[in-house]
Amino acid sequence: MPKIRPEDLEAIAMRMRRQAKLRDGTARARVTVHMGTCGIAAGARKIMTALMSAMEEQGVDDVTLTTSGCAGLCSREPMMTVEIQGEAPVKYVNLDENKTRVIFTEHVLGGNIVADYALGVGSERVA
Amino acid sequence: MAEQTSPPTAHHVGRAQLLVCAGTGCVSGRSLKVREALLEEIDKRGLKDEVKIVATGCQGFCAQGPIMIFQPDGIFYQKLKPEDVPLLVEEHLIKGRPVEKFMYVPSAGEPPIPKLSDIDFFNKQRLIVLRNRGLIDPEKIDEYIGREGYQALAKVLASMTPEEVIDEMTRSGLRGRGGAGFPTGVKWGFTRKAPGDDKCIICNADEGDPGAFMDRSIIESDPFSVLEGMAIGAYAIGASHGYVYIREEYPLAMERLHIAIDQAREYGLLGEDIFGCGLNFDISVFRGAGAFVCGEETSLISSLEGRMPEPRVRPPFPAQSGVWNMPTNINNVETWANVPVIMRRGAEWFSSIGTDTSKGTKVFSVVGNVNNTGLVEVPMGTTLREIVFGIGGGIPNGRKFKAVQTGGPSGGCIPASLLDLTIDYERLGEVGSIMGSGGLIVMDERTCMVDVARYFLEFLVDESCGKCTPCREGVAQMHGILERICAGQGRDDDIEMLIELAEYVKDSSLCALGGTAPNPVLSTLKYFRDEYTAHIADGKCPAGVCKALIQYSISADACKGCTKCARVCPVGAITGAKKQPHTLDRSKCIKCGACYESCSFDAVLVE
Ligand SMILES: Cc1cc2nc3c(=O)[nH]c(=O)nc-3n(C[C@H](O)[C@H](O)[C@H](O)COP(=O)(O)O)c2cc1C
Repeated sequence: MPKIRPEDLEAIAMRMRRQAKLRDGTARARVTVHMGTCGIAAGARKIMTALMSAMEEQGVDDVTLTTSGCAGLCSREPMMTVEIQGEAPVKYVNLDENKTRVIFTEHVLGGNIVADYALGVGSERVA
Repeated sequence: MAEQTSPPTAHHVGRAQLLVCAGTGCVSGRSLKVREALLEEIDKRGLKDEVKIVATGCQGFCAQGPIMIFQPDGIFYQKLKPEDVPLLVEEHLIKGRPVEKFMYVPSAGEPPIPKLSDIDFFNKQRLIVLRNRGLIDPEKIDEYIGREGYQALAKVLASMTPEEVIDEMTRSGLRGRGGAGFPTGVKWGFTRKAPGDDKCIICNADEGDPGAFMDRSIIESDPFSVLEGMAIGAYAIGASHGYVYIREEYPLAMERLHIAIDQAREYGLLGEDIFGCGLNFDISVFRGAGAFVCGEETSLISSLEGRMPEPRVRPPFPAQSGVWNMPTNINNVETWANVPVIMRRGAEWFSSIGTDTSKGTKVFSVVGNVNNTGLVEVPMGTTLREIVFGIGGGIPNGRKFKAVQTGGPSGGCIPASLLDLTIDYERLGEVGSIMGSGGLIVMDERTCMVDVARYFLEFLVDESCGKCTPCREGVAQMHGILERICAGQGRDDDIEMLIELAEYVKDSSLCALGGTAPNPVLSTLKYFRDEYTAHIADGKCPAGVCKALIQYSISADACKGCTKCARVCPVGAITGAKKQPHTLDRSKCIKCGACYESCSFDAVLVE
């Protein structure tokens, strides 16, 4: 490690910011990959890895990645749900790595729903 | 495409981070084993690139340890065992379902609370000193920098003169957290102005009060905050060297401190020409000599110089003549940890928190007969009730609250009638106690206040260095009287004698060890005098603690014959058939109280 100057603090802090956001639980958007047995068998793990690398490459620090269980639509796995804060969640189905990257750029970062891959907007009502 | 699936690099943060508490409390509850089990399980499940396990410093909720916080969801898990790990990983990490059975339950029958931010113990606290607890890996300087670390030092070096720093500290109203509560900025000013080519600063991490662990936790969870505070102090005071005088019994804190110092040196934040701004300052760690009196500043200095840790008369104060006759500024760990925040956010901000005379927050270690034992940081001016019942969750086993003891062994006991007292230096002094370093012991109705006074005086007799007569002999005499009273041999004039001795010891001892040693006696006499009289005049211990004064018996009406007491009795003094009232043979009874503690029907009586 070289000696640092006051102006270096910001660069280090930037690098650490994503981590801090994750720990504070304050994120702008949340992407959930459905990882039931079915999802994993259909390749959900690859989707997760693709999302993680995309976030890292683009230095995205305000998006939370999580998993959840089977979304109940096993035949259309791998699936993920994108929730932008304050907007209805959108489910995407039959994903592969390319689609995932497109969705990440267009929807998660750009705010435009990728209608071609989306199952539908909104969620089932719970209870 | 190969490129798309390339594993994330070393700096990646993954999608989840499990913050496992590696403070001393949780470590003794095997949290490191839990961490190992997590690492293993995550490896086995192929989640290594997605999930990061971070060992943090003390998170404060020691009663529930080992604890872990699951981020980004903010879920608080408690009392984890290594064998719980596979289920936890399967459910929460793979299936995304937080696991209720490891969550915090406020009291029996209530639903569990998943989120840390919804748990009273946490959301009623205000964290300034402990701002980074549980949020950073204390062994990585980058994580500290990521949370605004070292910005205060950068600001100070770039834009403030030493006098301006001292002025800012003085205006902030910060007072020393080591016990006496002396204004920090004023003390810095004395040392700066004292004649001398070189000056020295010390961080007092001796923390000798029984039951206190604030300073240990600060160093374990955020060592850089202390180092940054000291660097700012060094600049303001004009010191080129600093010592951290740390208790031998704190191996984990010591290790983290060494790691932190090494990393700060590598970044040029300790050593020569810090931040390229011309400041030369370095820190060494000194292991304490292991006695309570070592924490007293003049003894500490004597110990640092390689001599017996004995106090000396002041003046001269360390600010005039300290380590090797250099002007020396000594502050407590918590005092130093406040400094970077004050310099970053300003004196006005800091002084807006707290009361008229006591600014900022105070960290307390809350222990004793309270549900949520742990480390608590609250603004000055918080009531005792809020700490004991709000954050502490009240008294276990449905018993009644009796008193809290603050200020360490030479503090005082505050009764239930003063629960609404707002805590600051002055208010505590007015009721006969002290802030001390922040120990807070909660006592329930089964605590004998005479016995409490006896206990603390015993500690002080052991720890008196023996140099001055009033402390060495006076405290021992007082202790002797208390022993007698507890043994049922109290005399009518004992109380008068205790008060008289207390005045002598207070006024004529060399250092504050003797100066404050009578506090436990005086404060219990003030609020619980009837208990003393019951011991002396009636031969009774109302709380049922002093063995010589109590008898156990079993109420035939209340006893359900569950046999529990007979089974726990170590000397076979209790007999009786199942479902029949039991009897206790007093000639065999050794008054250990095991039956009393074990009975679920309040059928064991003590009088
Ligand atoms: C018997 C005795 C023990 C003490 N132990 C400690 C201690 O463990 N830690 C501490 O910071 N101060 C302790 N002090 C207070 C120190 O003498 C000194 O006042 C303090 O370190 C100054 O720092 P502050 O101004 O930041 O509070 C003790 C004092 C006495 C009389």
